[in-house]
Amino acid sequence: MNILNAFAIGFKEIWAHKFRSALTMLGIILGVASLVGMSALVKGIENGMREALIAVGGLEKVRIEEGDLPANQQHLADEAVGVTMDDVYALQRNANMVHLVTPEMRLRNALMTHGSKSYNPYYFAGTWPSALDMNQHTVQYGRMFNEVDDENARNVCVIGTAVRDALFGNPDETGKEIIPIGEKVNVQGEVFTIIGMFQHYESEQDAKKRELAKLQPPASGTNSPARQKSSFGKHSSSSYVFMWKNSNVYVPLNTMWLKFRTAAGSNNIPDARLTSLSVKIRDVNSLDPTIRQLRNVLMMTHHGIEDFNVQTQEDWADRINSAVASARMSGGLISLISLLVGGIGITNIMLASITERIREIGIRKAIGATYSDIFIQILVESVVIAIIGGAVGLIASIGLVEVLSHVSKDNTPVITLSSMIIAFAFSAGVGVLAGLIPAFKAAKLDPIQALRYE
Amino acid sequence: MALVELRNVSKIYHLGGEEIRALDDVSLDIEAGEFISIIGPSGSGKSTLMHILGCLDKPSRGTMKLDGTMIENASARELAQFRNQKIGFVFQFFNLLPKLNVLQNVELPMVYSGKSAKERRDHAVKALKMVDLENRMKHRPMQLSGGQQQRVAIARALVNDPKIVFADEPTGNLDSKTGETILTLFRELSAAGRTIALVTHDDEIAARTPRRIEIRDGKIANAQ
Ligand SMILES: Nc1ncnc2c1ncn2[C@@H]1O[C@H](COP(=O)(O)OP(=O)(O)OP(=O)(O)O)[C@@H](O)[C@H]1O
Ligand SMILES: [Mg+2]
Repeated sequence: MNILNAFAIGFKEIWAHKFRSALTMLGIILGVASLVGMSALVKGIENGMREALIAVGGLEKVRIEEGDLPANQQHLADEAVGVTMDDVYALQRNANMVHLVTPEMRLRNALMTHGSKSYNPYYFAGTWPSALDMNQHTVQYGRMFNEVDDENARNVCVIGTAVRDALFGNPDETGKEIIPIGEKVNVQGEVFTIIGMFQHYESEQDAKKRELAKLQPPASGTNSPARQKSSFGKHSSSSYVFMWKNSNVYVPLNTMWLKFRTAAGSNNIPDARLTSLSVKIRDVNSLDPTIRQLRNVLMMTHHGIEDFNVQTQEDWADRINSAVASARMSGGLISLISLLVGGIGITNIMLASITERIREIGIRKAIGATYSDIFIQILVESVVIAIIGGAVGLIASIGLVEVLSHVSKDNTPVITLSSMIIAFAFSAGVGVLAGLIPAFKAAKLDPIQALRYE
Repeated sequence: MALVELRNVSKIYHLGGEEIRALDDVSLDIEAGEFISIIGPSGSGKSTLMHILGCLDKPSRGTMKLDGTMIENASARELAQFRNQKIGFVFQFFNLLPKLNVLQNVELPMVYSGKSAKERRDHAVKALKMVDLENRMKHRPMQLSGGQQQRVAIARALVNDPKIVFADEPTGNLDSKTGETILTLFRELSAAGRTIALVTHDDEIAARTPRRIEIRDGKIANAQ
């Protein structure tokens, strides 16, 4: 008997017991749907995390910060100068594996006031215009300060939308987008002119939700989904990045240095230390040699004192990978177990079915069916149940993911082709496993005893 | 050389501590073209003998040769092939598959001999014509009378053109008039050269076959 005949018999047998077969398939359907749904969820989370990683500069960005001395250099602590502009110039001159160097000098407790309102941004820093490129910022309104502003140490600033929301009003509450270009704000006694505002940063998911909310008429005006709330309301690791970014304020580096640092050091000694120094490397694939070069250059300017840390986003990327791997592992395990339970259901029904068909099997054997003919027939029947279940499960998974995408708040689940292929292959595999015992039992039936069976 | 050679065949069942000799030292030759009947009281071992002859069962002792092949040495796969190619079997209870229609039932042996769909159909239709049922091909077995069902079973037994047809009480489940038509069918087949062995416990039927073998307590009582 060829395999096509076996499939035809299998389909016929299943069709003859539609209800029973459908119930049996349910286990496989649920298993496949949960496998695909789970993997779509994990993919959504992964996408969200990668989006956040790119939003802070991606893998090409490497930060250099002042750091603790290694144990064997503790006695040199007094000579440690920290990260300074000397390092910036040295890297620009000597580190050819990086193509952008941006210093950042942070002002802590930079309480910004405008009229009666005040706001303390997460990050208020003096930097160069290249910070835009370095930190993936986009100025949507007004302009970024330029070299001239920096040279003249002008009191100008570029703000994130969260600053605007706090000082001038949130568009979702006021109903219109306020662009406070030209407005003045006060920071520690200095008056700054706002010359630019970044775009509003948000995850794709939040953007989608906002679009959706815009389409629907605001329900009695009470809880129109404010975008401020939608990003500040919950703290998934990825939305935190966007929330932080919206609360950034940049001023020219020289302004920071002259207005806040020159007089701020203890004993009136100016504090020339940078908060951090970011570089963009030319090639992500040669991260390690680039870091060696960075270290070498910095060790020269620091006279061998290693009072700095080099931080890459690789750790972050690794964390994403391991989080995704473990989520996949646990979700996959649960789905596999449910697939196996589905398989046990098939075994069970196949055992019952061959008991009903002992006489049929006896007749088939009496007219010439071999052991393997019967074995294949029963096995194929089990596989057919499983793959129909698998196919229906794939269709169900599309619906499931659709539902999940409405339920999940942070990340849109994304169905992957590979998860569908794997789930379908597993359902077929489960069908084979489930059919083995019934096929064996049926194939080894003795024809005479089977014919006597009533 | 005879088509079937049975030599000192015994079939012994063990029930508890008791030994049941369903067949006891039976020797029998069937020549090609013969039409024989096997008769005996209930429990005498007729079906057991038929099963061994039909390669559905193996003897406990003794040897059997079918068409020149020793059955004792055949594998399960070879036995299945014998049943498929060389033997046609007709049962008392028809043993058709209720889910298949008449045509599909008759095609079934050819499914296991690997014939193409077209060949299967052609042969099955020819066999059904032989038993006069070509106008019932799409019927289910349950929609046929007992005699018609048995004719379908005979068509199935003939469809692979076997060397020999075994029938275990083919009329046992039919009224005497219908049984007569089945018997007539067998005689026609025999007249056309087919080798047939049938079991009966009806003396009248046995008397009308050219050769009659009587079994008692697992032994051949009248060597003919
Ligand atoms: N599987 C078995 N286990 C034990 N004993 C068996 C088995 N099969 C048959 N027998 C015994 O073998 C003997 C012969 O049985 P068999 O079926 O061949 O008789 P029979 O001549 O066909 O009778 P009937 O005319 O009633 O069909 C009987 O005594 C029966 O009980
Ligand atoms: Mg009998």
